[in-house]
Amino acid sequence: MSVLQVKFVGDGDVVEHIVDKQDGVPGSRGAVQKMVKFKSSAGRRVREDDEDDLDEDELLDEQNYVQALGTDNTLDGEESVSAVAGASVFTFQKIKRAHSMAQTASELARTPGKNVTFSVTPELEPSTPTRTGRGHGSESRTPQRGKKVQFVSTTPHRLRKRMTTPSLRSDSDSELSPSDSEEEEEENEEEGQTVKKEDKENTKHLRTPSKSQSSALYKTPAKKSKNAPEPLNQPSLVEEYFEAHGSSKVLTSDRTLERLHTPKLDRETLFRLLEGKSSGYSSEIQQLHSKHQRHFSKWMLQLQLGFSVLVYGLGSKKALLEDFRVSHLSQEIHLVVNGFFPSITLKSILNALTSEVLDHQGTFRTPSDQIQYITQTLKDNPDLHVYLLIHNIDGPMLRGEKTQSALGQLASLPNLHLVASIDHINAPLVWDQCKQSQFNWLWWECVTFQRYAEETSYENSLLVQQTGALALSSLTHVLRSLTTNARGIFKLLVQFQLENKDNPSYTGLSFQDFYQRCREAFLVNSDLTLRTQLTEFRDHKLIRTRKGADGVEYLMVPVETSTLMDFLEKEEGD
Amino acid sequence: MSTSSVSKGCFVFKPSAKKKKRTLDVGDYFIDGCEGSGNSELRFKLCQSLWDKMKTETEVLQDELNRKILDRLLEFAGRPSSTFQHGADDWAARMRASEIPTAALVLGVNVPDHDMTFQSLSDLLRQSVTPHVASVQAKECGALKHLMQRVLERLMGTVVSVDEEEEGDEEAEHASTQLHNKRVHCSLGTLCDWYKSKTKRSNNGTPNKKRSSHVRDEQPQPPVVIIFKDLEAFNPRVLQDFILICSRYVEHLPLMFIFGIATSPSTIQHILPHSVSSLLCIELFQSLSCTQHLSTVIDKLILTPQFPFKLSGKVLQVLVGIFLYHDFSVRNFIKGLQLSLLEHFHSQPLSVLCCRKKEALANVLQLSHQDLESVRQLPSFRRYVERQEPQEQVNLLTDDTHIKGVCQKLIKGLRKYHKNFYPILRCLHTLTSSLPKYPLGKQIRELYILCLEKNVWENEEYQSAMQLLRMLARDELVASLQTCAEILKPVKAKKMRNVLDQLEDLLAKFKQLDKVSGETAANGEEITSPEKGLQKKTDLFQLQKTLLEMKESRRSKKMSPFEILRNEAVDFIDSLVRCYLAPPESQPLNEVCYYSSSAVVRRHLNATPRTSIQTALSNPYHYLQNDTLRSEDGTVSNAAPDICIVHKLHLECGRLINLYDWLEAYATVVSAAEGTHPDSDEFGKVDELKHARFIQAVSELEFLGFIKSTKQKTDHVARLTWGGC
Repeated sequence: MSVLQVKFVGDGDVVEHIVDKQDGVPGSRGAVQKMVKFKSSAGRRVREDDEDDLDEDELLDEQNYVQALGTDNTLDGEESVSAVAGASVFTFQKIKRAHSMAQTASELARTPGKNVTFSVTPELEPSTPTRTGRGHGSESRTPQRGKKVQFVSTTPHRLRKRMTTPSLRSDSDSELSPSDSEEEEEENEEEGQTVKKEDKENTKHLRTPSKSQSSALYKTPAKKSKNAPEPLNQPSLVEEYFEAHGSSKVLTSDRTLERLHTPKLDRETLFRLLEGKSSGYSSEIQQLHSKHQRHFSKWMLQLQLGFSVLVYGLGSKKALLEDFRVSHLSQEIHLVVNGFFPSITLKSILNALTSEVLDHQGTFRTPSDQIQYITQTLKDNPDLHVYLLIHNIDGPMLRGEKTQSALGQLASLPNLHLVASIDHINAPLVWDQCKQSQFNWLWWECVTFQRYAEETSYENSLLVQQTGALALSSLTHVLRSLTTNARGIFKLLVQFQLENKDNPSYTGLSFQDFYQRCREAFLVNSDLTLRTQLTEFRDHKLIRTRKGADGVEYLMVPVETSTLMDFLEKEEGD
Repeated sequence: MSTSSVSKGCFVFKPSAKKKKRTLDVGDYFIDGCEGSGNSELRFKLCQSLWDKMKTETEVLQDELNRKILDRLLEFAGRPSSTFQHGADDWAARMRASEIPTAALVLGVNVPDHDMTFQSLSDLLRQSVTPHVASVQAKECGALKHLMQRVLERLMGTVVSVDEEEEGDEEAEHASTQLHNKRVHCSLGTLCDWYKSKTKRSNNGTPNKKRSSHVRDEQPQPPVVIIFKDLEAFNPRVLQDFILICSRYVEHLPLMFIFGIATSPSTIQHILPHSVSSLLCIELFQSLSCTQHLSTVIDKLILTPQFPFKLSGKVLQVLVGIFLYHDFSVRNFIKGLQLSLLEHFHSQPLSVLCCRKKEALANVLQLSHQDLESVRQLPSFRRYVERQEPQEQVNLLTDDTHIKGVCQKLIKGLRKYHKNFYPILRCLHTLTSSLPKYPLGKQIRELYILCLEKNVWENEEYQSAMQLLRMLARDELVASLQTCAEILKPVKAKKMRNVLDQLEDLLAKFKQLDKVSGETAANGEEITSPEKGLQKKTDLFQLQKTLLEMKESRRSKKMSPFEILRNEAVDFIDSLVRCYLAPPESQPLNEVCYYSSSAVVRRHLNATPRTSIQTALSNPYHYLQNDTLRSEDGTVSNAAPDICIVHKLHLECGRLINLYDWLEAYATVVSAAEGTHPDSDEFGKVDELKHARFIQAVSELEFLGFIKSTKQKTDHVARLTWGGC
């Protein structure tokens, strides 16, 4: 076929050539030329998008997709949706300089709130020149950081240099390896000591020359090319990627919170401090709240029509849902579930439904039986409407596949209405297509900017300053109910653990050793007695056992060192 | 009663019976929140009735689509029971009898839609083939024990509940012992005994209406059907064991399997080894693909003047996009349709006119002054007014009774527009859907969306489609014109009748051409000659020259009568398109019928919670309209809420974050925000309050899933995301 031959002869240029000519020729067109024209227009489109390899249709589809789902929010943005594009949310890991956080902080500190009255701005202005020395607390640290920056940030640079110009490698490089360990720390410490005595002016001086020094040390042009922004360059992006993922070693400073001048905060102080201090913008937050409130009756409507309402967005939505509950559900039978509650279980939800809502006496063998019962009962009483309100349906205890599918089954009942909230950024991943269709969600964006006060109050892993008061009191309570010998056994283990607290490779006390020690202290007389005792400890979660590489059991007390010290002190006091 | 507690996570609230007032029903909630409260009750009623109609329509559609495959399945299910009975004679049949007849039902990846199919399948089976049907899902059968238990439970349990009255106590007792001693008696042997007793009893002639037809002298025993709803999800071991066990009992028990398959039939080979699959006699059933299903739904619900409610191009695009790129679920598409219907009636006061013609005309008369004002506000109506004479304009804008009359006229016009629009759309689609490269889309929905958005004839693709039509071979052209005539035939509108007549004239002319076909043969030679020139190897310039020459020769050449007629036909189609396929925006009062806020639909159905959180964190001004929060792209004002600042700072870190550094950086920012003088001793100092706020913000970030605590290094947390850099 002649038509196809045209396609083979010409690559992109040919096609374009013909099109240009053709534009000048109006009127009815010959068959052959028409084909060419059509092809060329498609071809041109592809080239415009700079995606030569992509299949045309695919590309067009993608465009459609973006149009359909992405951009139309800008087109008809009555309430313009989020302004963040997907590309900025999901990015590659980049290499981070250790000082970049401090730098950003100082930048943020410099830029005042935009429309702040002018009386404030001059006050803030001086911060610009003196950003090197930041006040009393950080004064000693700044030069340190400067120093450290050099150590850390030069690594990739050195690597690259090694790759590109191996002959230029200087001996000094090896000295500056990012050991990230004690020597460096010591060095820093010393430096900090000396610098402390100097005044701010000097600090500033110290910093600047040191930098130039270092840049002189490393071949200056290389340094320049590195510092110069060349982000659009494709290979450098690739290089960056591999730099970021190449080593598993993470370079962070070794400072710990123990350096803080402020005392550690326990939970009570934390609450007390935050109690009075509500964040600013309360009027705006209130506005947001009342904006969401206006949708309540629509929620009710949608619930009645068989949808489930799911609210998402930054900020605690507990108050909002509570508001909804009080204003719209007070006349209905409803069940509130705190999904963030650390010991919530599916069983407790189902039990609340069957025994309290449906007044069922007796128990069920399996959750599925229980769901079956609920389904049947609700089917038999079509006038009985039950509202289920779940704060954080993505809570750690409800995330499980089984729990979610059970909740989905409940939600699919026509007279059980579900309102739920999610907060975790990956929360939607807990539902597959099946569950989503069971839940029949309608999503509502409710950004409240309210503090997650209650939601985070249970959580104790990150409250680094936690005193462990809870753990301590539980320890003492359990131990009080034990015999003196048992207490002695436990104390022995604690003492051994404290002796080894500085040993990072300490994995625990092996059972044989422990037995030996207990015998020497006349606490047990046989292997078996000790084992019985240990079982009891384990049941109370006082100890943890782990099989070592050699197959020997190692015993640990899973409580923080400071708590253990408090415990021993208290015991001695008694 | 408060809903916060440290010891409890569930709180039940039951209003006391005395206090309970009349609870609001659906309609009240509709009226409560919607715009233009005057006629909301009416609107709600309209919305409900329209939705009910659409729903029944979809259900009917579903049934029709499934009918074919279900019929074949039923036939399949009815068949093997006879071979089971008589097959004992010859060897081949006995071999066959030891195999378990299995239907592999390929349903496609839109798993949520399968439920309906299985439901109707098992209903039909119960009605016409056998009372013994059990369907099992993978998630309830983790182990063989459970699978067996479910199968027995469902088979025996359902029978008990159905025949309880006739069978009496014994059966119930049997069931209860079964329930109690499930672990002990959970075997196929029990099932066999049960089945025997069951069939024997019906053979003995227990007055049983259902089976009385079967209980003749030679009664084929009803098969026991087990439906595996989601084959892929089953544990292969469990399934293999179950099949092996079942094959042992197949002589006593006429078993039959139905596998629901979402991907492809080859999964059976993946899941079952040959030794097991050879025990099955598998027959394949392919259900309708979900895209076909969708096109039927669109065809019946949207491309029809029957329902006054319409979706704008963008909304339709969003719904189709969700279907194609996210779930392939027709059910979700219909859900989206329901949502848009609800939103339309909820938000558009004039939707009261979105109903059947008679009602709409009556409702026009009921419009209040306020409603008429909002009619005047409609952009499409304003455009209409501008086209009128000055005197008429004044009348339209001031006289309420006059505008009512005009509205009635316009509503009628809109109805006529729709009546003509869809047949012509279909005609255009039949003509263009077979063109190479599908310039106007393969599916009619693509063409429809094009037509909804702007004048389709201004499209570049339309131009090229028309050019391609002018090159169409005769038989193709005539065939598609004939299909067009078929499409137009059932349409009753007057204008469409005229169109049909003209079309038939054209077709008749094409037929006449047959008689004078001799001439065209001579022309054919001429056409082929320039093509030979192209066979040679050409360079770029040569090629271009040849093409131009060819064009010249074509133009100069006299057109054959067929070509003249073809041009006439294409011109006719073109004129039809220009006349009837104007986008709805051009029609006055289109807002009454068309729902257009795609953003709302997308936000409710295909939300992006991650993006929302990211926006709130990186640009709080988007939500909190306070001027102090305004900032350039990529930065956060230092007066932002704590969590935003903490988040911004954490973006600057690698995989691990040193809490101490973090806290310090945070303190710096906050002191600046508080206006502390940078030279003062207080600047950047961590006091108790800042410390507490920092802790709160960090634990909020952990709660949101941005970081987690780690033991890799003291006082460090690990980052979990790489976004927002």
